[in-house]
Amino acid sequence: VSCGDPQRAGMRPISFVRQVIAVCLCPELLTEEIFPLDVRIRAQKLLEACDGQSVGSYTASSGLPHVRQTIAEFIMKRDGVPAYAENIFISSGAQRVFIKLLSGGEGQHQTGVLVPQPCPHTLLPVLDEAGVMAVPYRLIEEKNWAVDKSELHQALTTYRGRCELRAIYISNPGIPTGHLQDRKSIEEVIEFAAAERLMLLVDEVYQDSIYAPNREFISYKKVLFEMEKHLRDSVELVSFHSLSCAFVAECGLRAGYMEVVNIDSRVMHYVDTLLCTDINAPVTGQLALDLMLNPPKLGDPSYNTFAQETLLTQATLARNAQRALKLLNDLPGISCQPAKGGIYLYPHLDLPPEFRRQAKVRKGLEPVVFYCQMLLQEEGLITGPGQHDERTGSHHLRLCVLVPPDALDEVLYRLSTFHLRFVDSDVKSRK
Amino acid sequence: RDCLRPSIKVAGVKKSYREVIDVSWGDPHRAGVKPLSFVRQVLAACIYPQLMDGDKLMVDVKQRAQMLLRACPGGSVGSYCATAGVPEIVERVSEYITRRDGGVPSHPENIYISSGSQWALTNILKVLVNSEASPRTGVLTPVPCHSTTILSLMALGAEVVPYYLREEQGWALDVEELQRAWGSAKEVCNPVGLYVINPGNPAGYVQSRKSMQEVIRFAAEKRLFLLADEVYQDCVFGEETEFVSYKRALAEMGSPLSDTVELASFHTTSKGLMGECGLRAGYVELVNLDPAVMKHIYSLFSADSCAPVLGQFALDVMTNPPQPGDPSYPLYMKVDHFLFLIHRKAFTEFINSLPGFSCQPVEGGAFAFPRVFLPPKAIETAKELGMKPDTFYCMRLLEEAGVLSSPGSEYGQQEGTYHIRFCIMTPSEIMEEILRRLSTFHKRFMNEFS
Repeated sequence: VSCGDPQRAGMRPISFVRQVIAVCLCPELLTEEIFPLDVRIRAQKLLEACDGQSVGSYTASSGLPHVRQTIAEFIMKRDGVPAYAENIFISSGAQRVFIKLLSGGEGQHQTGVLVPQPCPHTLLPVLDEAGVMAVPYRLIEEKNWAVDKSELHQALTTYRGRCELRAIYISNPGIPTGHLQDRKSIEEVIEFAAAERLMLLVDEVYQDSIYAPNREFISYKKVLFEMEKHLRDSVELVSFHSLSCAFVAECGLRAGYMEVVNIDSRVMHYVDTLLCTDINAPVTGQLALDLMLNPPKLGDPSYNTFAQETLLTQATLARNAQRALKLLNDLPGISCQPAKGGIYLYPHLDLPPEFRRQAKVRKGLEPVVFYCQMLLQEEGLITGPGQHDERTGSHHLRLCVLVPPDALDEVLYRLSTFHLRFVDSDVKSRK
Repeated sequence: RDCLRPSIKVAGVKKSYREVIDVSWGDPHRAGVKPLSFVRQVLAACIYPQLMDGDKLMVDVKQRAQMLLRACPGGSVGSYCATAGVPEIVERVSEYITRRDGGVPSHPENIYISSGSQWALTNILKVLVNSEASPRTGVLTPVPCHSTTILSLMALGAEVVPYYLREEQGWALDVEELQRAWGSAKEVCNPVGLYVINPGNPAGYVQSRKSMQEVIRFAAEKRLFLLADEVYQDCVFGEETEFVSYKRALAEMGSPLSDTVELASFHTTSKGLMGECGLRAGYVELVNLDPAVMKHIYSLFSADSCAPVLGQFALDVMTNPPQPGDPSYPLYMKVDHFLFLIHRKAFTEFINSLPGFSCQPVEGGAFAFPRVFLPPKAIETAKELGMKPDTFYCMRLLEEAGVLSSPGSEYGQQEGTYHIRFCIMTPSEIMEEILRRLSTFHKRFMNEFS
């Protein structure tokens, strides 16, 4: 459960998505009545949007126009703010493209990007490869991993002169923390970015999986457009979403999109060119994006099944998060902030000094990595080692909780068995 | 190509044609070729396994789909998989390579499945190109060459060092030209790689074994990393031509060359009979690389998660197609493969019969790259319009005859020469239509500017 891959863990895919893609792959199935009518109609429409009426044709590097339009309409509906297809780019790995765009310079002119601590474990290698310095700003664990203005400023001052800060990355809901920003928090980040002239790179891939009661996702774009005009017209914002999210969870299809706001058109020309070398995102993935963002509606033949499947996933996620949270907080030496959304929990581990010493000196490992290794070896459970916070010296674990309920039972059983034994042996060794 | 596209959208003007024929891409499906049923059925069954209930699908389709699904984590195409690709598929790809190369061994750990060959090429280039070096890293690339590789090199900060293929000799690769290119490169950059396309794109040559051996010796002598773009290896049509992979040619030269020349060869599902460009799958096989470098390459590929799973499945089918005796075999073999054999000849002969055109024989690949001798008046007019002369020709061909091709200037050509690239991997009816429209247009064009 170290990575966000619900289908690997046994979560079922959304039938509507799979059926439409199957028909698109094999258009002979357009006449098969085993598929509901809306599936076949949608597949037909999508095939018409493909060159050569085939998912096997290249598409424009920025994605199929039809799908870009669907995405724009989804965003408009979600935010009540205009969105345009030409500002939307479909890709397998959009973040890489933008980071590449920002990268450059050496020494004190090396590009720096503010990244939250903790951040998605896949982000740091991307920055590293692009030659961009990751400048960490701490999230405040005690405040449910909130973003803190003073930490942002602290990061600025610490790194001033060591690099040229060009952008700030943030994920909302937070990955892996599960923190959900409210409007005020988002406004603060936007104001900060505006004041420091930083591009905002906002990862909103888990926007569809908020489970905390009475909480709702609000996009950075919507908040921006409801702020003062001078901010609306100037703050550069790129937001990302993906097929690998919570509900559709088609990680293997490899597609996502980014929406750009207030980026100079000449820069966008370069983005388009950079995207060319990736040719295009897989067409089956692009089509799945269309299905994800324009799902069956009430009255459509597939609606009931679709609604049931998504409700089931939602309920599973919420219940799992609750159960896991409770168990983790009941274990000695583990404490976990409640997550509001997303698919991870990020519990804090108290690792005893003797264990930490053993890890570093005897094994040459970060203590939490050693913990995870032992957990894997002894209980056959793969978890993700959290990012080490040098300032506080704290250790965390990353767990994906979007798994079938009985799989979660097993995960929690193995984790608690291991951890209790771990704590016990530590107590014994100290006696 | 992007500047030509907008003219398609001009509405309200009466044309002599009903629809545009687009042969500007190396995209068989776009050009009208139908996908192979076996592949599509397997993929459909993998994405929606319920299709396997009942008797709609042939036994071998079901067996393949089940095997592929079993090889995936969670038994689903929706999961991430191992960085280098689903292990069973990587294994089967390496077996395919061994078979293809007459027994020259291939090892799975040297193979990475990627989202198309270009993606893999970019990753390998990242290892070769030091974007901060001075002098800059240089990679020798052919002229003509398809533009994506050039773009990737430029994006990485490499110096593109052109070597000109000899058009009059059927676009042959001349070692003397390599020597010249390398010599001139040494003054401005540090040449590290040699990129070859075989079979060619856009020019449709297939290298002889002898030519390949010369290239290998040259690469060894100058200590160049050989990047072999072999994506059209399944499209070889000349009666006397056969495709030999660089790996095989290298292995057959024996020690010390076979143990030391560093080689990366690229292949894909996008070309050939499958033509599944939209699924995004290809692979790179690495030969004679230092283990430390291999480790670094692994990290590079890891940053991208994995290649799309459906694409990997298509790759499995491409490297392990239905065999005689399999229920799907007859349909699989019914492909209009042989039409391409006829087309390339028909096309080159036809084009050569048009005054002002000269086309080298197309022995492989999906394109014809004829040279067009534009009248001075046409060149003048193009210049006045701020266009390259061959772009001007293509623009008029599109507007007046509804055929979308790509100008040679996109690929590079000798100064003062002009070429047009046509994808000739199209069904017969479309090919006939293209030739008809081209002939009418060309005669009129040459008349207008004489």
